[in-house]
Amino acid sequence: MALKIVKGSIDRMFDKNLQDLVRGIRNHKEDEAKYISTCIDEIKQELKQDNIAVKANAVCKLTYLQMLGYDVSWAAFNIVEVMSSSKFTYKRIGYLAASQCFHEGTDVIMLTTNQIRKDLSSPNQYDTGVALTGLSCFVTPDLARDLANDIMTLMSHTKPYIRKKAVLIMYKVFLKYPESLRPAFPRLKEKLEDPDPGVQSAAVNVICELARRNPKNYLSLAPLFFKLMTSSTNNWVLIKIIKLFGALTPLEPRLGKKLIEPLTNLIHSTSAMSLLYECVNTVIAVLISLSSGMPNHSASIQLCVQKLRILIEDSDQNLKYLGLLAMSKILKTHPKSVQSHKDLILQCLDDKDESIRLRALDLLYGMVSKKNLMEIVKKLMLHVDKAEGTTYRDELLTKIIDICSQSNFQYITNFEWYISILVELTRLEGTRHGHLIASQMLDVAIRVKAIRGFAVAQMATLLDNAHLLTGNTQRNGICEVLYAAAWICGEFSEHLEDPMQTLEAMLRPKVATLPGHIQAVYVQNAAKLFATVLRKHDGETESQAAQETSQLLIDRLPLFVQSANLEVQERASCILQLVKYIQKLQQKNVEVAEEVTALFAGELNPVAPKAQKKVPIPEGLDLDAWINEPPSGSESEDEKPKAVFAKEEPKHSRSRHTEVDEKELARRREVRKQEQASNPFYIKASPSSQKVYDAPGVEHIPVVQIDLSVPLKVPGMPMSDQYLKLEEERRQKEKAERKKKEKKKKREKRGKERKADSGPESEEDITPAHQVDIVTEEMPENALPSDDDDKDPNDPHKALDIDLDKYVPHCRHLQFIHVLHIVMCRNEFFSKTEIYDFRRIQKKMLCSIETRLNQLSWFPVQKSSKHKKKKQKKEKEEKEKKKKKRHHHHHQHHGDAGGEDSVQNGTVEEEEPLPVSQSHSVSLKREVKVYDIQGNHQDESKVVVSVIFENKSDSFLKAMEFNVLDSLNSKLQRPEGAGAHDSLTVPFQLPPGVSNEARFVFSVQSIVMPQKLKGTLTFIVKSDESSTHEKLDFKLHFTCTSYLITTPCYSDAYAKLLESGDLKGSSLRLEGINMPFHHLLARICFHHHFSVVERIDSCASMYSRSIQGHHVCLLVKTSDQTVSIDAKCDEPSLLGNVLDEIKQTFSKC
Amino acid sequence: MRFMLLFSRQGKLRLQKWYTATAERDKKKMVRELMQVVLARKPKMCSFLEWRDLKIVYKRYASLYFCCAVEEHDNELITLEVIHRFVELLDKYFGSVCELDIIFNFEKAYFILDEFLMGGEIQDTSKKSVLKAIEQADLLQEEDESPRSVLEEMGLA
Repeated sequence: MALKIVKGSIDRMFDKNLQDLVRGIRNHKEDEAKYISTCIDEIKQELKQDNIAVKANAVCKLTYLQMLGYDVSWAAFNIVEVMSSSKFTYKRIGYLAASQCFHEGTDVIMLTTNQIRKDLSSPNQYDTGVALTGLSCFVTPDLARDLANDIMTLMSHTKPYIRKKAVLIMYKVFLKYPESLRPAFPRLKEKLEDPDPGVQSAAVNVICELARRNPKNYLSLAPLFFKLMTSSTNNWVLIKIIKLFGALTPLEPRLGKKLIEPLTNLIHSTSAMSLLYECVNTVIAVLISLSSGMPNHSASIQLCVQKLRILIEDSDQNLKYLGLLAMSKILKTHPKSVQSHKDLILQCLDDKDESIRLRALDLLYGMVSKKNLMEIVKKLMLHVDKAEGTTYRDELLTKIIDICSQSNFQYITNFEWYISILVELTRLEGTRHGHLIASQMLDVAIRVKAIRGFAVAQMATLLDNAHLLTGNTQRNGICEVLYAAAWICGEFSEHLEDPMQTLEAMLRPKVATLPGHIQAVYVQNAAKLFATVLRKHDGETESQAAQETSQLLIDRLPLFVQSANLEVQERASCILQLVKYIQKLQQKNVEVAEEVTALFAGELNPVAPKAQKKVPIPEGLDLDAWINEPPSGSESEDEKPKAVFAKEEPKHSRSRHTEVDEKELARRREVRKQEQASNPFYIKASPSSQKVYDAPGVEHIPVVQIDLSVPLKVPGMPMSDQYLKLEEERRQKEKAERKKKEKKKKREKRGKERKADSGPESEEDITPAHQVDIVTEEMPENALPSDDDDKDPNDPHKALDIDLDKYVPHCRHLQFIHVLHIVMCRNEFFSKTEIYDFRRIQKKMLCSIETRLNQLSWFPVQKSSKHKKKKQKKEKEEKEKKKKKRHHHHHQHHGDAGGEDSVQNGTVEEEEPLPVSQSHSVSLKREVKVYDIQGNHQDESKVVVSVIFENKSDSFLKAMEFNVLDSLNSKLQRPEGAGAHDSLTVPFQLPPGVSNEARFVFSVQSIVMPQKLKGTLTFIVKSDESSTHEKLDFKLHFTCTSYLITTPCYSDAYAKLLESGDLKGSSLRLEGINMPFHHLLARICFHHHFSVVERIDSCASMYSRSIQGHHVCLLVKTSDQTVSIDAKCDEPSLLGNVLDEIKQTFSKC
Repeated sequence: MRFMLLFSRQGKLRLQKWYTATAERDKKKMVRELMQVVLARKPKMCSFLEWRDLKIVYKRYASLYFCCAVEEHDNELITLEVIHRFVELLDKYFGSVCELDIIFNFEKAYFILDEFLMGGEIQDTSKKSVLKAIEQADLLQEEDESPRSVLEEMGLA
């Protein structure tokens, strides 16, 4: 022995410790990977040794390597070993490694449950602390479920160190196991008033996080938090509370009004910037949620804006950034207050820090008006020129376009100016946003009819100068603009001064180097231009120009016919043939212009982006139905397990298909025709569909009187600046005229007050240069109402939306405190994995699959704990017996009703709420644990029930005796020689507040029926003065579910099992189930010990096995709120009972 | 808080703590991406940036970047405060901390972090109580270790 120790120590001496490893890595900079791989080999050797110190050292090194990015998942089991060391030093390393390396997919996590439970209840607070910290990183739904109860107990631990950790980790537990929220919440609430500030702030933290996600359930806590807010001096806590209020106020405006005052006080008084910032943010949120237009709140807004201005003016970049960020929130509701700080924000555009400039840009978006748009954009254009990085420049570009195009070009008074800006932007090198500019050009040209002439002229220039844009291959992004230019020139070619020239520009050989989709547009629009040219020369006999045009096309198009791009090729050859044909006709002096023009007749209107989505699906149209029979190949292996539950599905489509006979088809066709007739957006056969577009808006578009001061033809590239000047002049002129008029008016009507006679002109006074009628986007007539999806269904916080104020009388799955617990550990479960030496694990920790089966509720759910300690002690003593009786009565009641009767149990509780902490009765929570220590399957009739006795009274309990009235089927196993009705002594005594566990073995013969056993616990209550003999009745409920063991099953084995035909079927339908499918499955797995074999969309197959080897298979499907479960089992009555139990589970939610 | 990273100016990760379970591959990708973004920022720039759907708060202390990812509605300034507090704790514990301290005693740095933050929330706002907890846990560790060191000497002899 001694030798071994000596040997171990010597071995250790030669091992590298962490420092050596780090040093080694630093010394092997060149061949780091090689060095580390030798280190990993060493570590593997070390992990094989028995010495835990060596192992811990190895695990510590692995944790370091993990951080460097090396995979250490292979050592997960060794980490568990180190975690379970009794020495704190190693345990700490083990948990650290686990918290760094484990994640939900780590399979050894399930082996840690019992170890963690042990550590949580360790007398050493640092063991507990280390376990809690580790758990907070790798908690899984299973761990959360199994340990929720233990952690909840720790929330009332005597040491604040443990309490605060337990409170904090509860949040993680709630996220993973939402069912724990309701039972834990009262205790969590209590912690808000914990004497220890650390615990208190932890509780505030947790509740704030919860409330932020689902605020409405926490409104009732507002008064408590209000008190905390006004009394607390801890800034960390204050910030959390204020944030919480920010989440609550949108739901309760009255709260908002109440908050404004204390918050403004804090804003005035605090010196902590973080708190100030939080207050300002919350005030903004409150004011946004309050109905706007409350005059007395403008002071608060002013205060916020002032404070933010101070932040923005600060030299600290962080404050500047946050100030701008908060400012943009105010902007949404109170743009006026922010607009007055335009100077400051424009200043920020010059800041060195890009993120600050971007923030300022965001703000500008909301600050533009008709008046200042041109000025602001001019400034931005300057920045575009100066900007060095492309990302920032691109950002500027998108912002300019955003600013100008916002709310339907609301602020643009002069579209010529805007087009010029867009054209100027095309000169940007290397921008990625060519398509953005292009879409703006298209948008403006299509929707602003008055501008088309100008736009076409500009686009023609662009096309002519296309070589400037495409000259450099780096500028590829920008050539998208040519797409728009070509389309605009083609579509609105009637505005072209010299269509021939543009046509020529579009057919230059260089065009063939453009991307395919742009070439395609070129070709198509060349045809349009061709039509225009022909029309222009219509009537002239033997027009030279028309024939020249045809020849031009015939000469140039073959280049495109050879294009590798199919689209270009197809269009080009089509048009080439067309032109050739026309040329023939021309030579015969046939008038062709009209026919050719008719090819492109009709106007294209803009369509709203969502229009397509909103076209209602015609009645009788099933988009999911097969048009043809599904290919037989798809009926392959995937569907086999489903097919076993025959009855349904694949046939549907076929039968539905044949049902539709000829008549029906004809009728539908008719209906469709009618619908199309009334649908203006359906393109009909007749080419003269122009009438359709006689929408009211279009008629009213006036013939624009174009301001002659604006030159229509801009030679070369346009300069947007000149518009700025012109615009100013125009406004001046208008203003002068208006003033004149006003003066006149004033003279006429003296007493009448005028709004803006001398001050700065207001928005309304600026008239746009063009009477522009913006064509609105079209929508289908019977468009469906907007259906923006609100929340991410996968958000884990969604599951925590639990109304905590609603009193749930007695719900089995919620009271997990009182739950019977079945733990099974069988060899065959492990044999599937075969990765680890499971015999060794079994000795250390038992537990794999844990599931709850039923509950024994001795105690009602506590509704509140307010009524406490008011009564005198004596009274208490006197009352005690009474209570006890009532309590028994209650229990009896519960027993009669059969464990499931929630309502009655609830009513009893309402009459006499029983604060557990005061009662002298023994609070017991029972667990039934069934496991097989040998790990074999021979003992199929034994069930081990492990019962946790918890003394919640103030007295000492001793001489506890446990007895159960045996039934024919289930018997309590008593020691040899004992009578059939003798009690079993519980092998421990219970001081106040202590719990302990005892195990009792039952033998069960038939497992196909549920069973209830009555039992009694007798004990002596020993207090200072007296000792009394007490007794407590209870019932043990063995449901059929409790005989099922979660057993994994592979899909091939599952299919084989179902195919064998030995199983009998049964089915179940559940209506009104309103929960996500994965929750549903989790619930079945959790409450009924099933495992999911396979899941496809909203269909899942599940498997479980009874302790006597019955197979139970389920096929669960859901649609809408209906869940259908088809089940198969070799024992029909067992199956029937299990299905009943499943039904009961879901009837309670 | 979603996670905290410590990395050097050379882009070497020194500490990482993830408060939500994340797959190893995603972690690596995020760390790489984030380091690139943060290291590219100039010294005069502000400490916040928006990254994916998160807000990144970082601060540089000597050669080390401390970098936290918080959610959209979290307070940036208090996160900076958290970082600063953590640095103070390290400083108190190691006595004017430097990067090497954290490299060679990385497990200690984790222990301190774990005492200070848990599940991404501040556990204790008082520096004193955090340090006390660490000291006592260390004491416990030494008690654990002392008998073995005697044995070790035996082994040597």
